[in-house]
Amino acid sequence: MPINYYIFLSLALFAIGTIGVLTRRNAIIVFMSVELMLNAVNLLMVAFSKFHGLADAQIFVFFIMVVAAAEVAVGLSIIVMVYRKIHSVDINLLNRLKH
Amino acid sequence: MSLHEIVFWLLSFMTIACGLGVVLSKNPVNSVLFLIATFFTLSGHYVIMNAQFIAIVNIIVYAGAIMVLFLFVIMLMNLNKDAEPQKKRLLQFIGFISGGALFLVIIAALRTVSLEGNAVDGTMDIGLIENLGMVLFRDYVLPFEISSVLFLSAMVGAMIIAKKEKVPTDSNTDHSQQIKS
Repeated sequence: MPINYYIFLSLALFAIGTIGVLTRRNAIIVFMSVELMLNAVNLLMVAFSKFHGLADAQIFVFFIMVVAAAEVAVGLSIIVMVYRKIHSVDINLLNRLKH
Repeated sequence: MSLHEIVFWLLSFMTIACGLGVVLSKNPVNSVLFLIATFFTLSGHYVIMNAQFIAIVNIIVYAGAIMVLFLFVIMLMNLNKDAEPQKKRLLQFIGFISGGALFLVIIAALRTVSLEGNAVDGTMDIGLIENLGMVLFRDYVLPFEISSVLFLSAMVGAMIIAKKEKVPTDSNTDHSQQIKS
């Protein structure tokens, strides 16, 4: 498999994640789109690790997973707190910093 | 067409389809299930690239732990299709155009890049746990320890943020009453 195919596949996944962040208003789905983008990066890392024959990129994938787990824990607790306050997960309601 | 290519195209098609399902499905629970399917197909990609450890960790950590957390939160909030907020048609259209433009621009930039080589052939043993463990604990010990501190702080932070407030202030209760009515 040429490495270009993996580049285009992960690019497509990243673009889908971007579209999800831009078009959805549900905070949880925005979060899931960010996860999709992180996974696109992981796929590219593993492909290049195989391409160069070095294991360092796979260690980086491991660290990305660690950071993603921490991010999801904190982010979901923030979403739960927002839901408890305004009874919605609509990100358009979170504009009180503007005023 | 070799077996590798058939598996690659099948997995890629499923990855893209499930990724689109995450973004396009109206029900949040369906989105989570599509995302789990995406993670499984990505694990398949890791397996055909001989990264077995990453494939297993991807299934255990992502599909097992993180997605269950998402599913719990969604079911806790009892979100259904009627409560699902939708952006305006124009904004959705602009979002799709922007994402597609990003995709096209990076493809145009990378189209002429020629990387000689193959992502599937080559050495077989980089992805094994033995080799990865040697690299992790020899070259990356300090980041490993720092990530444990990150985990601890994330755990404490999540607990503090999600803790129920004993005495809510007046402005907060007023606002929640407003939204409810």
